[in-house]
Amino acid sequence: MGAFMILKERAILALEDGTVYRGYAFGHRGETVGEVVFNTSMTGYQEIMTDPSYNGQIVCMTYPHVGNYGVAVYDMESNRPFVRGFISREFSEHYSNHRAEQGLQEFMKQYGIVSISGIDTRALVRRLREGGVVKGVVAHRSFTHPEDPYGEFSVEEEQEFVRRAREHEDIDGRDMTPEVTTPLPYAFPTLRQGKRVVLLDFGIKHTIIKRLAEVGIEPIVVPAHTTPAQIMALHPHGLFLSNGPGDPSAPQYAHETAWKLLGLLPTFGICLGHQILGLAVGGRTFKMKFGHRGGNQPVKNLLTGEIEITAQNHGYAVDIETIPGGQFVPTHVNLNDGSLEGMAHSRYPVFSVQYHPEASPGPHDSRYLFDRFIEEIDRFDGVTGLPVEKSLPGKLGI
Amino acid sequence: MPKRSDLQTILILGSGPIQIGQAAEFDYSGTQALKALKREGFRVVLVNSNPATIMTDPDLADATYLEPLTPEFVRKVIEKERPDALLPTLGGQTALNLAMDLYENGTLQEFGVELIGAGVAAIRKGEDREEFQAAMKKIGVETARGRMVHSMEEAREFQRQLGLPVVIRPSFTLGGTGGGIAHTLEEFEAITAGGLRDSPVHSVLLEESILGWKEYELEVMRDTADTVVIITSIENFDPMGVHTGDSITVAPAQTLSDVEYQRLRDQSMAIIREIGVDTGGSNIQFAVNPRDGRVIVIEMNPRVSRSSALASKATGFPIAKIAALLAVGYHLEELPNDITRVTPAAFEPTIDYVVTKIPRFAFEKFPGTPDALGTMMRSVGEVMAIGRTFKESLQKALRSIESDVRGAYAEMTERELEVLLYPNPRRLEVVLELLRRGESVDRLFELTAIDPWFLNQLREITDAEREIPSLGPVESWKYEYWREVKRLGFSDARLGEIVGKSELEVRALRKAARATPVYKTVDTCAAEFEAYTPYHYSTYEWEDEVRPTEKPKVVILGSGPNRIGQGVEFDYATVHAVWALQEAGYETIMVNSNPETVSTDYDTADRLYFEPLTFEDVMNIVDHEKPVGVIVQLGGQTPLKLARRLEEAGAPIIGTSPAAIHEAEDRASFNALCERLGIPQPRGKVAGNAGEALRLAEELGFPLMARPSYVLGGRAMRTVRSMDELDTYLREVYANVEGQPSILLDQFLEGALELDVDTLCDGERAVVAGVMEHVEAAGVHSGDSACVLPPVSLPSDLLETVKATTERLALELGVRGLMNVQYAVKDGVAYILEANPRASRTVPFVSKATGHPLAKYAALIAAGRTLSEIGFTGTPTPGMYSVKEVHLPFLKFRGVIPVLGPEMKSTGESMGIDADPDLAFFRAQLGAKSNLPLTGTALLLGDGLDDVAATLEEAGLTVTREARAGELPQLLIDVTGSALLRTALERGVPIVSTREAARWTARAILAASRVALGVTSLQEWQGAGTAVAGD
Repeated sequence: MGAFMILKERAILALEDGTVYRGYAFGHRGETVGEVVFNTSMTGYQEIMTDPSYNGQIVCMTYPHVGNYGVAVYDMESNRPFVRGFISREFSEHYSNHRAEQGLQEFMKQYGIVSISGIDTRALVRRLREGGVVKGVVAHRSFTHPEDPYGEFSVEEEQEFVRRAREHEDIDGRDMTPEVTTPLPYAFPTLRQGKRVVLLDFGIKHTIIKRLAEVGIEPIVVPAHTTPAQIMALHPHGLFLSNGPGDPSAPQYAHETAWKLLGLLPTFGICLGHQILGLAVGGRTFKMKFGHRGGNQPVKNLLTGEIEITAQNHGYAVDIETIPGGQFVPTHVNLNDGSLEGMAHSRYPVFSVQYHPEASPGPHDSRYLFDRFIEEIDRFDGVTGLPVEKSLPGKLGI
Repeated sequence: MPKRSDLQTILILGSGPIQIGQAAEFDYSGTQALKALKREGFRVVLVNSNPATIMTDPDLADATYLEPLTPEFVRKVIEKERPDALLPTLGGQTALNLAMDLYENGTLQEFGVELIGAGVAAIRKGEDREEFQAAMKKIGVETARGRMVHSMEEAREFQRQLGLPVVIRPSFTLGGTGGGIAHTLEEFEAITAGGLRDSPVHSVLLEESILGWKEYELEVMRDTADTVVIITSIENFDPMGVHTGDSITVAPAQTLSDVEYQRLRDQSMAIIREIGVDTGGSNIQFAVNPRDGRVIVIEMNPRVSRSSALASKATGFPIAKIAALLAVGYHLEELPNDITRVTPAAFEPTIDYVVTKIPRFAFEKFPGTPDALGTMMRSVGEVMAIGRTFKESLQKALRSIESDVRGAYAEMTERELEVLLYPNPRRLEVVLELLRRGESVDRLFELTAIDPWFLNQLREITDAEREIPSLGPVESWKYEYWREVKRLGFSDARLGEIVGKSELEVRALRKAARATPVYKTVDTCAAEFEAYTPYHYSTYEWEDEVRPTEKPKVVILGSGPNRIGQGVEFDYATVHAVWALQEAGYETIMVNSNPETVSTDYDTADRLYFEPLTFEDVMNIVDHEKPVGVIVQLGGQTPLKLARRLEEAGAPIIGTSPAAIHEAEDRASFNALCERLGIPQPRGKVAGNAGEALRLAEELGFPLMARPSYVLGGRAMRTVRSMDELDTYLREVYANVEGQPSILLDQFLEGALELDVDTLCDGERAVVAGVMEHVEAAGVHSGDSACVLPPVSLPSDLLETVKATTERLALELGVRGLMNVQYAVKDGVAYILEANPRASRTVPFVSKATGHPLAKYAALIAAGRTLSEIGFTGTPTPGMYSVKEVHLPFLKFRGVIPVLGPEMKSTGESMGIDADPDLAFFRAQLGAKSNLPLTGTALLLGDGLDDVAATLEEAGLTVTREARAGELPQLLIDVTGSALLRTALERGVPIVSTREAARWTARAILAASRVALGVTSLQEWQGAGTAVAGD
């Protein structure tokens, strides 16, 4: 006889607004707290769990089956999972895929991810859609009551979890880069010699580094706090600002770094990197109601008119109207809600996108951006120490 | 780019009679396209010979031609209507092939008709396997190693390189007709020879075997701005080797990681671009090696398909509608997503549930045909079920197809069960049973190659079955137990089987524990955006999203999976009921489980529940919505079977009462009624068991018509002429039909003329809507007989008697809605055969032949209107003759001799209209793809055909009365039922197997040889001649 199908160890999800979802325990036995967000991708749970941008968050997958194809080391987006917890309508006990190395249950236990299944995830998503993101606690009954994991939490205990959710520190205003950035610089090994690009690591995904290497870049990943002088000392041909977690307005040192290097190097920013560019030139970001997280967001490239289906993961967005003096112009827009998805500097070879052209998980429609970046670098005359006029009219030019 | 302004008139081709591999899904796609293009202001012209479809309703197109789908007739329509463009991608393979014919014979060029959607080059690249392979090579997409061969010699040579097994696929055939997998050299010889013969271009593709690989499909859309989106992925539960139409399939893909899924997505995008499908939907099939992930593209269809209908229903993305709009110039980003309204159609749906499709088969209709599934599609219908998990979705699908209970497998030994693990319609149930017995997933994977993930899911179901007793007596279950058990998808009936209670007891206990389903929404976006025109499914969760409105509402039960005897015509009837009741001010609620249909389009009814048509699921909806009425009489046998139980449980059945339906269906009460009314009946008796049947037969005398009670479509019906034949028959029935049905024995009226009469009755007044005279004599199932309306050989006094009898019977039964009555006329007496107080499969035909939407009237009557309020007070007298002919699926069942009998076998029908009944018959024949010749040789086999021979000779044909070896005529009339019929069928020679049809055929050929046939639209016919005789 297999595992119990009907009677399972209990867990709850308690939200700061007092809503309690009663479900079943999965993954590491314990209790966790974080910001609850949802992701609409139907595949790619492992990439999502290991994407540092989800640091501090408990992710609810809208697709009800998670774990079907197990876990493979090749699909890691960093060296460990960063999600605080995971929510799925049903986690698979059994997996099947020739690439799989272990099951999700084992993986979560190995990395201490506290998860919950069996709750009405669609109801939760509708709650998040209507009321916006909230903080929540996932708690396993077996953690607090190892003697009776099948029993129910009392109302008082549930209220206690609600209180803990409420008291948890908000992501808003928090700089999370120190928690996710690399402690030391490292060069990504490439087979051929290419253009050296410094990657400011605010929580970078492995696939971004791989994609950059694929187009002929020698990536050097440096800690988020690396100074402009230290960066220039590496004699780079380009600068990359990575994705990452947290409130983009919090790491002010990064805005400063970006501003100081603006125009010195061809620069490409993704997600948090894009937001940092906007903030660096005096613009503002705002927190979205429930953000964009998924692999089906339609984005229009305003310069070519082409439409890309994109992978996204962000809870903040740049308000292009607030950027003084039209320093950046919009290049990409979200077709669902008209939000800004990409921008290019009006003078310098600097561009960025809010979404994830490296995908992983998600569609590959936007890979051309990596080609554009290397094209920008190739046309760039080298480090002059002075801002140079933008030289490239191409797809991202004006 | 906004829509093109250079186009005014657009021609759309339908797919003709429903056949295996090409069914109701093209009514759905065509109807969507017509509605969308008309709304955009285009003049739309439709050609489709199939009257049972909603698309051929005169309201949907500006000009509707119920004419044969042949290059000659479509050319006539083009000549008359002068369309600017032809949209060939929505009418299946038939429409696509026809468009190619019209291009190749120069018609399109001559009249300046532009092919929109897919151009000639794209169609060729997609359809021609050599061109397709070359294209794939160019973009670096792997295909199975294979070669097109044109002769046996070539085939043998290539086979030696490939080894065995070898896959054989004939070119340009529907649903893989004639294809197969050869495991031995003998099989290789036989299948290859058959394929070379069946292929219209006499070529077959030989391919390396990828048996047992995982199979996937992606539904892809593209617009002229080169935006490409994937609507959904579909994973086959049955691995490679079973035609995808015959496979259990699941959406989205379950066992692919993102890396693998994106590879398929990238390849799909490259393929649609390379093939050059300009706009619209395509379907791309892949095989993935489970051992190493190697991907091979199998094929792509540059048109919408059955899978696109499934994908549309599975996601809420209306592929056909969007495809039609893209074809006239729109871009995806300019079209709104109907469901969210605020977001555009340029996106990829994401879903938060699991969809399972299970096909439905009809092997029982063709005794002796092996039920092993292969690369030739043979399913006749399908169900789709939605659940929050695979387990729930699968179990809902199982009960939709009436396979949720354990049934006979409980009695079999493991050894017997293992034998049944080859791909066959019941394999899933066998796997479940073996898991119950403790068979391991590994062993089952070895034996079936079904992915272990699916097998483990099944094992979780059987594990739960075993765990259920440990929850204690069901009376004391708390809510949570119920919820978790129901979440796994167990029906009340199956649960009753496990805990030893009746379904009703389980239901009562479940409701007492407040374990009722909630309803969730299909919204294309996993709840990310608000949904405005969504549809719903039940599940056992926390939040119910679907709040009933305050409006008075009527629930209309659909017809469930298509099958022989219950097809698209019932979908037609239920959709008309929806339209009528909407006009009458009701909120309409459709319940159906068939993804191919118009009724399950989200913009048909006000609310759609995509649910199994079972007592449990329908009652849950009734409890939830509290409708003022439930209509069961328009969807055929599936909803009708539920009528009494629903009524007993408190559902407000409107229309004809279940008691009246029972009175007509119950033999004894019906006989008594007819006796009381003095309606002549063939002598008949009901036998409770075999012994009684034999005794009664002696009393009644032979020949007799024998059948089990309560069956539709003449299932297991047979003419018996002796005690021995009856004995054999009884043995077969009791061996193959579940339970112990009573056997009905009726005097068989040999050679009688049969009539089908459809009538409407409001309780106060009854009006016959149409009387159809059958072409075939009594003994051929009415559903398989050609018929003509109005009758041509019935004396007028007898016609009046029949009408009066029918109307009296309807009033006497208390019919409120439609009733169909069948008569057999012999020696001047009209004997009543049966009366069915419900919509019959002739309703769409009669509606089109008379210009009166009968199903709409029936729905209005059910809602309380009278015939005089509706304005239907006298039998219509159409100014033309309409002939219905059927399409038979014999070609798909190897070795079966194509003769007609009392068991219905046809899958679809065509209609021919003309002022002359013989010409109407001629058109109907061509419409049913029986290409009657006007010159050449006719071979007549059998007695009593001298007049036929004379007529054919007068028409200019050469008549021979003896078969010559190795030679086939242009027309075969064989009333002896010889094997030559099979040979002729396989070679595409028109065949006629009854004397009556032979006479009609000869007269039709003679008539057609004397005139040049024009084309007339339904709108022209109905405007010209249809009148209602007032009272």
